[in-house]
Amino acid sequence: MSTSVILASAFVLSFVALLVFIWSQRHGLFSRDSSGANVIFGADEIGRAEEPAVTSTAAHALQQQVNQVSGKMAAPASVSDLRARAAADESSTPVVFFMFCAAFAWLLVATAAGLLASYKLHEPDFLTQYAWLTFGRVRTVHLNAVAYGWAPMAGLGIAMFVLPRLLGRPLLGGGFAILGAALWNAALISGLASIAVGINDGLEWLEIPWQIDVLFVTGGLLVAVPLVLTLAKRKVEHLYVSVWYMACALFWFPVMFVVANVPELHRGVEQATMNWWFGHNVLGLFYTPLALAAVYYFLPKVIGRPVQSYNLSLIGFWGLAFFYGQVGGHHLIGGPVPAWLITLSIVQSMMMVLPVIAFTVNQYQTLDGYLSALRYSPTLRFIGLGGLMYTASSLQGSFEALRSVNAVTHFTHYTVGHSHLGLYAFVTLVFFGAMYFIVPRVTRREWPYPRLIAAHFWLSSTGVAIYVIALCVGGWLQGEAMLDASKPFMDSVAVTLPYLKARTVGGALMGLGHLVFATHFACMIFNLGPRRVGATLLGDAPAGAP
Amino acid sequence: MKSESRLLIGAMAMLAFAASALVVIPYVQVANVEPTPGMKPYTSTELRGREHYISNGCLYCHSQQPRAASMAPDAKRGWGRASVAGDYAFDTPHLLGTMRTGPDLLNIGARQPSVQWHLGHLYQPRAYVPGSVMPSYPYLFVIKDQAEPGDVVVQLPEGNAPAGKVVVATPEAQELVSYLLSLDRTHPVREQER
Repeated sequence: MSTSVILASAFVLSFVALLVFIWSQRHGLFSRDSSGANVIFGADEIGRAEEPAVTSTAAHALQQQVNQVSGKMAAPASVSDLRARAAADESSTPVVFFMFCAAFAWLLVATAAGLLASYKLHEPDFLTQYAWLTFGRVRTVHLNAVAYGWAPMAGLGIAMFVLPRLLGRPLLGGGFAILGAALWNAALISGLASIAVGINDGLEWLEIPWQIDVLFVTGGLLVAVPLVLTLAKRKVEHLYVSVWYMACALFWFPVMFVVANVPELHRGVEQATMNWWFGHNVLGLFYTPLALAAVYYFLPKVIGRPVQSYNLSLIGFWGLAFFYGQVGGHHLIGGPVPAWLITLSIVQSMMMVLPVIAFTVNQYQTLDGYLSALRYSPTLRFIGLGGLMYTASSLQGSFEALRSVNAVTHFTHYTVGHSHLGLYAFVTLVFFGAMYFIVPRVTRREWPYPRLIAAHFWLSSTGVAIYVIALCVGGWLQGEAMLDASKPFMDSVAVTLPYLKARTVGGALMGLGHLVFATHFACMIFNLGPRRVGATLLGDAPAGAP
Repeated sequence: MKSESRLLIGAMAMLAFAASALVVIPYVQVANVEPTPGMKPYTSTELRGREHYISNGCLYCHSQQPRAASMAPDAKRGWGRASVAGDYAFDTPHLLGTMRTGPDLLNIGARQPSVQWHLGHLYQPRAYVPGSVMPSYPYLFVIKDQAEPGDVVVQLPEGNAPAGKVVVATPEAQELVSYLLSLDRTHPVREQER
């Protein structure tokens, strides 16, 4: 039997197994019953918008919009539901606040390092005297500050906030998570310092020395304690789709991280396949599910309308879980690794189109008619754009894995453009949106300057658009030049220069947006700016409700 | 979904499936592959140089995996034949790389065997390759008024050394270059690996 036949049959088998598996997970897969989607709402709450990120006037306008689309007036909130939600929010406040403060700090560190690396790539004689500021190190500090600082701190903070709401009870064991997050941040500080002084394990995404990784694992386990405790004592019967994503992300990540960091185990080419199994899965099975969980919760919550097709979200989830894990090999196309592995990864990369389409259709149907609400809700604006970029980056990634496309884009800045479409335009924008929703609940204050939110949105979205377009175009031209044997290699360098400069401009805009965001957050916690006592915090509750 | 244990068991099964495809089977297949005939293990100096290659982040711009002629003209650029698993038998951690902001380096020792060229190029890449975006590494060198006995003085093209001074390579720079010179995978591969 030829390899292709073996592959094709293995593939058909696994696909059928996946379908059977999804079937076994839920009876009535094809029923049109979507009651599961309603669990994020209290009694009679469907149709009521929740958007703590805006002033009470704007919240009122948002509610008007929602009423107009649904054609009915929202029922008044039930006091017991609001009490339960307030208790849930209060229970997670300390841990969420701690994680968000860390997230802000890492966002700024990562931005500074990234911007410096970007500038150095077209000005190679800038600041070369110091070893710790050489391109190879600041670039790596940037990646690790995003990968282990900003993204997990923001993502886990959001998860800690959403879980008690979804499980219908206050968070249990939040103190463990605070201790865990403190250890995690201590680990990251030492990890970044060790990269800066030049001690590093030498694998992309896994540079931090394994001795420090022990601290990450300990911290990560402590962060998972409240998840397990709260899950075990939950008051709801049905687990909402966001819980699947968050719970699995919290279980997948430690397993991958430990397997990838076992010292003296991985060798030679096998180490390379392991490297990309981890490197790609940390995106797909950690950040992506955390961000998708936020989309699935906040998007319906803000517009007061349940997710349109709950079954599609089931397919989206198990499709991601099944296909994504195997796509990492496409980072080694053309490399010295077994051919079957590359083919498997290419096939599964294409199969990722399925869950992505399922997600996209679902979100589109849910938002259908509610687009005008985007004007009133910053949460919705960030999360809506972020969700759209999930579709864009996933489709781009699927096609990038095809041999013909990969022959051009592999080894070029195109890959960097793609990764920022995924980790910034999708994950980071979604996290921004969720944070705009959550921070007012945590600090019990309103965002003081709505205009700063708008400025942040436009700076970040314009910046990342310039960034991604510049690198995709520049990277493609770089790849074409490299494939043309008649051109000297230096042509492939020269062609990228204007695009690398454009990337610095885009990155600077994004950085400016982050400064605006961080300043706004600082204003809020230090109580600067106009004082408003918000009735918006939990929607238009009857007097006397918390 | 009503049962968290079913959810988590399913999720971990999915991850295990992926790990067996991308980690376990490759481990069985290639982790203990025989080195390509003619290859020698790195010397301790070369290994120290390899550490500098890692700590200064060379791998983020230079791959070490020439591709086959069917895919890219790597061989025509002088980067060498398509590499095979045996070429990496002594490589821990692997340094295959994912970017070619600069050229592939798996055979740089065979392509450019001059120690002086490499030292000077590390000190100021643009003195040798106009338009290069590689950082210069002044911190791997010491500027002296006069060379002392035992110093390795870098012979730079006219006008690149500070006036009236000499540029001396640190041990780190020399070790890094000895690693670069060890990168030579021009040995023919075994038949079954083609």
